[in-house]
This record gives sequence, structure tokens and C-alpha cells, in this order.
Amino acid sequence: MVLLDRNTLNQMFEALAESGFTVIGPTVRDNAIVLDRVNSINDLPVGWTDDQERGAYRLKQETAGAFFNFTNGPHSWKRFLYPPQLTLFNARRRNGDIELIPEKPTDEKFALIGVRPCDLAAIGIHDRIFLKDHHVDTDYRERRKNLFIVAVNCLNPGNTCFCTSMGTGPTAGTGYDLVLTELFDEDQHHFLAGTGSVAGTKMLEKLSAPPASPALLHHCDEMLKEAATKMGRNIRTDELADMLRESFDDPYWQEASAACLSCGNCTMVCPTCFCATVEDVTDLTGETATRVRRWDSCFNGEFSYIHGGILRQSTLSRYRQWVTHKLSSWEEQFGSSGCVGCGRCITWCPVGIDITEVAGKFWEKKYPSRKKAATKRQQPREVLIPVN
Amino acid sequence: MKSVKKPKIAVWKFASCDGCQLSLLDCEDELLDVVGAVEIAYFLEASRATIKGPYNISLVEGSITTPHDAERIHRVRRVSKHLIAIGACATAGGIQALRNFADVEQFTRMVYPNPQYISTLNKSTPISDHIKVDFELRGCPINKYQLLEVINAFLNERQPLIPAYSVCMECKQAGTPCLMVSRGAACLGPVTQAGCGAICPAHQRGCFGCYGPKEAANPFALAEYFKGGGINDEKLVRLFRGFNAFADPFRQESERRQSPEPVRD
Repeated sequence: MVLLDRNTLNQMFEALAESGFTVIGPTVRDNAIVLDRVNSINDLPVGWTDDQERGAYRLKQETAGAFFNFTNGPHSWKRFLYPPQLTLFNARRRNGDIELIPEKPTDEKFALIGVRPCDLAAIGIHDRIFLKDHHVDTDYRERRKNLFIVAVNCLNPGNTCFCTSMGTGPTAGTGYDLVLTELFDEDQHHFLAGTGSVAGTKMLEKLSAPPASPALLHHCDEMLKEAATKMGRNIRTDELADMLRESFDDPYWQEASAACLSCGNCTMVCPTCFCATVEDVTDLTGETATRVRRWDSCFNGEFSYIHGGILRQSTLSRYRQWVTHKLSSWEEQFGSSGCVGCGRCITWCPVGIDITEVAGKFWEKKYPSRKKAATKRQQPREVLIPVN
Repeated sequence: MKSVKKPKIAVWKFASCDGCQLSLLDCEDELLDVVGAVEIAYFLEASRATIKGPYNISLVEGSITTPHDAERIHRVRRVSKHLIAIGACATAGGIQALRNFADVEQFTRMVYPNPQYISTLNKSTPISDHIKVDFELRGCPINKYQLLEVINAFLNERQPLIPAYSVCMECKQAGTPCLMVSRGAACLGPVTQAGCGAICPAHQRGCFGCYGPKEAANPFALAEYFKGGGINDEKLVRLFRGFNAFADPFRQESERRQSPEPVRD
């Protein structure tokens, strides 16, 4: 473990750019911390933090000038590894035949700065889905191949966070090249940096940073332990998959989905939701066609369209599908829960539906006397601004 | 190049502002392709020269508001192989359907010195209330790329790719942080059909619902949430009474908010 200061961290941005990376990281835009290109530490949300609750997100300025004292915003890294829209191939008519023109995979190399432990776990889930066995997603493979990941441990989890429940944080597991923990120590602002790969080690060598003292390492460990106790939400996951598997006819789904708008926001912000649709677009003359992959959602009617009609007509059936897939059937399908506890679906649901509350209800129903999965620190919602 | 008879397109106007048919002329970059693929046979906004029907595709803009138009739309249907209603007026009755919630005679008395000369219907209704429509393209105004896609699909005899999902799908894919969540703004995006590219939220303005109710829309739940945030019923009525006021789920919601005790259906 070594200690970086602001300048050495900035040198890392420069070193990454010099090595041909497109550097993506958190930055402030439109009242939120989003993920976009960042050229230096100055593009980071310096001095910004956020307040999050179900259906509410507010940016807040704080004085200390921290770079990473916020939790996840509306974007997840899947924007860059599994883009919302992707051309798969083109086709054109030629001499009475159809010629396929493959789309060249991107040669852009991404460096992701500030990947939270929960999101790191989400990338791990996508790796298993897209890179394992025979079903390799070639575009994902190309984007993943050259990826450089700088993870950042969470010292200040948010109100809608529950990564400890899902076993994904607040300390980064595996899968990063570098991992940072941001520390303020006697007016010193620095970053404890560890490496997780050969590329990460090489980067640290380039930055020539001093080693961290054992006392500081201990202090950091203590803070991360404390952070694990500061989650705003939690889910009891033992037996949950079984409970949900047996919940198909449970009348509670009616209540749970009554407020659902089937707008699909939860699936768009979820770092693991990867459902997509494939569309063929023709030109007016019918001479050329393009096949495009686009993010889709189990909350859309067309998503479950088969011959004869839409399979999941009701919002109830769509909501139930999403929750049970995420927290239950995902395990059978991909060998882990589909939820990493990032809390985005709770914060970014426009009407504030809380998956931890819904999961907790099934637990409560089965074991009324046991400690329920608590939902704490709820704040009153702010008054909305009418549109007209 | 082999000479093939190009399919004929006609554009018809009913009660409307002309904005949707203008989308066709607005195609600029694509206009030459359009003219290359089809013969624009009847399009008074673009040319006085007209070619007799029948037409392969008729684009119908506007709602039915007069007895004369209620009769004329049947003639349009008879000369059209495929008839596509374009825009909020043609698909939902438009902004002029606000009259449907009031007394139209009262309006004519207020507006015209000699209301006896006004021949108008009590309600402004979508084209599909009068004749069979082959496709409805939503929007106020329609999106020109969606228009091209629909023409394209009909020419190539395939399904148009016009998703019925929410504006949120486009908003999120564009990377715009949700206005409801990040600012507490009232936005109709979650109950409105996509198609505009989520322009208003991208400019920090809540969705007005120009593309009408999305498939399986739940305006009741959204309205209840707004109400919890301090928007009263009177404002909720106005929120849902825009360009698609008479489209079923929006109409039901605004009527429910006018009744003393709003209850779910």
C-alpha cells in the first residue's frame, strides 16, 4: 500500500491518457454526479456530496474538498461496457443476394476511475454473463479486454446503500487494477492506494509514491469496518431466494406494485440489468439494413411480446418478474444474486419504490417475530415543483 | 435504373396547426431519399400540384371537429390503401379536445360575434373514432425520424419500430439525471410514450406528455405521488390536460381529480 497525494493522483490521469486510455470518472452535471470523460482531478466532484432517499437525490457542497465523498449517482459503468445503443452489423443487397458488413468493434480503451465496490461486483457479474463459456458477447469482450479499473472504497455509505447485505462492499473485493481509499489526516488529503493487477503495480511504480505507515493502514481498516455499519438500508438474504421463488401467487405483489409506473427507470439505473432488444432498421429503398442492439426492460410491454401478444400484461407481473429475477432466479441462472446493493433503484425510482422494503415484507410475513430487515433514516419528501 | 412506378403518398389536413405535416418538409437531409422512394402526390402545404388517387399511403394530420370533416375523412379512407394518423390531434383529439370537457357553444358565443355561422361538433375526436386507421404515430409534433421510420416500414412491408414504452427509457439512455428525483420536478415522463428523445428533461424541464400515455400507463399512481409532494387536484387536472388531454388514461386521470374522492379504477 502506498500513499498518493492530489498531485500524484493527477499524474495518474495524465499517465492513463498518455497510454491511450479514455478516462471516465464521476463529474457534476445537471444536479447529479454522473459518469463521463474526466481529464484531471479538477473534473472530479471536488467538495461535493449527496443526500439520497427513496425517489430523491440532492447534491450538496461540503467544505473539506473531498473527491469521492459521495455515493453512486444515476449512471452505472454499463454505459461504457454495454452501451445503450450498439450497431451489430449492416447488410446490403448485392446482385440478388444479401451481403453482411460486420461492424468493427470499438478500439477505445477505457480507464474507469472511482468504481465503487458494489459496481465492481456488478462488472464481475457481467463478466460471468458475457465472457463465460460459449456465449461470449464480442463487443463486451473487446471493451473489457483493455479496461483499467481504479476502485474507490466507501467510507460514507448513503441512505439507500445496502452493499453489506449483498456482500459486495464497502471494501472492494477483486477485479480492480488499483484501489483507493480517500483519507483526511491532520489536514493532509491523500489516497491510500493498493494494486490488484500487474497493470496496477506498473502504474504505482510510475507514480513513485511513498509507502503507507502501518498505523495509517490500521486506521483505514477501522474506518472501513465502521462504514459497513452505516448502511441506510439492508436486506436479509438468507432464505430470500426461496421465499421469492414461492411467492408467485402472494397477494402482497398487488400492494407492492400498486405504485409502480412500469417506466423502467430501475432497470436502466441497475448496474447488472442487461436486457436488450435487437432491431433491424431499413432505408427507404430497402437496399440496406442495420441491426441495432438497444437497452430494453422487463417493464416494457413489447419485452414479453411473443406470437399472439404481450405475455406480461399487468404491471404487477412485470414488477414481480423484475424483483424475483434480481433476488431469486438470477442465482440459478448465473450463480449469484443479481443485486449488488448499490441502492440506485431505490433512489432513482421516480415514485420511490424500495426493493429492500418489498424483500423485507416477505421475510416479515414468514417470520413475524424475527427482526425485520429495517428501513431507516427516512426523510420527509421535499415539495415538488409543479410543471405548469 | 429500372423504371418502377413509385408508391404515391398523400398528406391530409384536418383540425390542426400544420406542425406535423411540416415534419415531412423538415426532413431536409432525408427529403431527397423520400422523394426518390415515393411520389408525393397530394401535399398542399408543399405544392398546389396534385395527382389523383388512389394513394398507397395517406398521412392524416388533425382531429375531427366539424360535420364537414367527419364526412371528408371517409372519402380520404376510400382513396387510401394505408392510412396513418399523425400527431396528437389525429391520434387523441389534440389540444382542441379541451372543449370536450366544456360547453363548446359557450366558447363560440364568447369568441365569435355571430356564432350562428359556426358549424362545429361538441367534441374534437381522433381519426380512429371515425374510420379504420392502419397506424397511429403520436407526438405534438411528431418526430420526423419516427415519421420516416413509419413510411419506411409501410414501404418495406414490415412492422414500424415505434416503441410504446416510457419517455424514461429514452431519458435514461441519453444519460439525463431524472428531474423528479434530482430536483423534485413534476414530470409526466414515466406515464408518457417515448419518441421525442426526452428533449424537455434534457433541458431541465419536466415532460409535458406530448406523446400521450405510454402502454400500461399508471397515471393514478403518479398523480398520487405528486399529490403527496404538494400538488393539488386542480393542478393535477391541468397537468394531464395538455395536447393529449382526451387520450384515455390521461382523460380518466384528470376527470378523477375533478371528482370529490379520487379512487383507483
